[in-house]
Amino acid sequence: MNRFSYVRAAGVPEAVHEGSAKHVRFLAGGTNLIDLMKENVERPERLVDINRLPLNKIEDLEGGGLRLGALVTNADTAYDPRVDRRYPLLASAILAGASPQLRNAATNGGNLNQRTRCYYFYDPATACNKRDPGSGCGAIGGVNRIHAILGASDQCIATHPSDMCVALAALDAEVRVTGPDGDRVIPLTEYHRLPGDEPWRDNYLRPGELVTAIDLPAEDFTSHYTYLKLRDRLSYAFALVSVAVVMRLDGDLIREARIALGGVAHKPWRSPVAESGLAGERASRANFIAAAHALTEGAVGQGDNDFKIELARRAIVRALEQAAAGTPQSQTDKRVL
Amino acid sequence: MDTRVHDDPSHAGTASSVAGAREAIPISLIINGRQRHFAIEPWVTLLDLLREQEHLTGTKKGCDHGQCGACTVLIEGKRINSCLVLAVSRDGAQVTTIEGLADGDRLHPLQQAFVEHDALQCGYCTPGQICSAQGLINEGHASSGNEVRELMSGNLCRCGAYTNIAAAIMEVLDKDGAP
Repeated sequence: MNRFSYVRAAGVPEAVHEGSAKHVRFLAGGTNLIDLMKENVERPERLVDINRLPLNKIEDLEGGGLRLGALVTNADTAYDPRVDRRYPLLASAILAGASPQLRNAATNGGNLNQRTRCYYFYDPATACNKRDPGSGCGAIGGVNRIHAILGASDQCIATHPSDMCVALAALDAEVRVTGPDGDRVIPLTEYHRLPGDEPWRDNYLRPGELVTAIDLPAEDFTSHYTYLKLRDRLSYAFALVSVAVVMRLDGDLIREARIALGGVAHKPWRSPVAESGLAGERASRANFIAAAHALTEGAVGQGDNDFKIELARRAIVRALEQAAAGTPQSQTDKRVL
Repeated sequence: MDTRVHDDPSHAGTASSVAGAREAIPISLIINGRQRHFAIEPWVTLLDLLREQEHLTGTKKGCDHGQCGACTVLIEGKRINSCLVLAVSRDGAQVTTIEGLADGDRLHPLQQAFVEHDALQCGYCTPGQICSAQGLINEGHASSGNEVRELMSGNLCRCGAYTNIAAAIMEVLDKDGAP
């Protein structure tokens, strides 16, 4: 780990001021940042410890939504009775990720801002445009079993590793940020970037901006939802493919369906075409297969990860069936029914 | 070594006292019930502080990347990977390590159950397993074997003693009547 200076921010304005300088990182749970610093991938000159800021509450919003403080841990969020009762998709997705120890330390804001687990990004001995702009991409033409099949560029095929964000995308959550130019709200689906020709930028945060909260809208998706995560072992592994589905049904007619994919792109992946194609249709396997093809339209394999395209399609169909039947995937009993 | 003991308790960490610090920062921790004071560089992990400053070597450095769980300790009763925590960021916290679980010569019920169930071979992962199991019991979200296995997945055992580890934890859960 490199040497750095450390400051404990006493308030949000101080944190934003400190965070606006170059080569500075905010320190929250640290579960990803400290690891990357040990690997010499992150080499900040200064850490701004934000753990004492008053962003550690879950609060009801007027109108029935819920505000998740940026510093609430992933565990406290998943086990919060309001989250569990009103947003079971989110609780399920969080509990599908990481380990209990990591969820006890990792925060909601940090979950959004965690970096890819691409092996080349993690290894400073290799080329990586995300870590070292202009150096190339070791994953393209390299070992790329875990890499993107959607929205990749010729400079980067990394994926965003979060489970939580996939659920937040399906729930149309909003990210509240504060910065040198004041406060703003970013829809979760527009928070993360595709790699394009600036793969070192993971999201649309501006310098000095700090995530303060995540807002969940007042919508009832407690009956028809699922988070289906497929990976190389049954627990404590990143998704090869994951699917978050929320649905509103009238009998067997779909009034609204939202589908977000994880593990397949630089951001949680949704498709307006796939979702509008389901609205007003019957909850049938044929329609689910059509939606799966629409959602994976344009998918491209990189060699080792070619299997992910068909895996994603089958996972989408299975997740839609689970949501329609009101039988969400258990994160304890891992059988996929 | 990056750390040195600081005997002066007047250096309670405040925002102003650590502003811009690149050198040793005064912090205090309550470790296994004892108040301790340190002056440490900001890059020292809680794991390294426990092992090298406090000589509490029961907490193990396995992978040092939050992947194996051997470094698991309890902060305010919650289990975390001490290898991924900068000690300065937890100024004032209560830390419990494997050394803090037994009551004198009387083993903690989890320690006793691990012995009785032969829940280890080499023993390297065991302190982390037991601290993690205590965290699991504190959290109160596990009662079935499936739930115990899922919520212990952050602790790897290279010897593969998982069956007996789960059995030992289940026995303590059942005796507690919890949760």
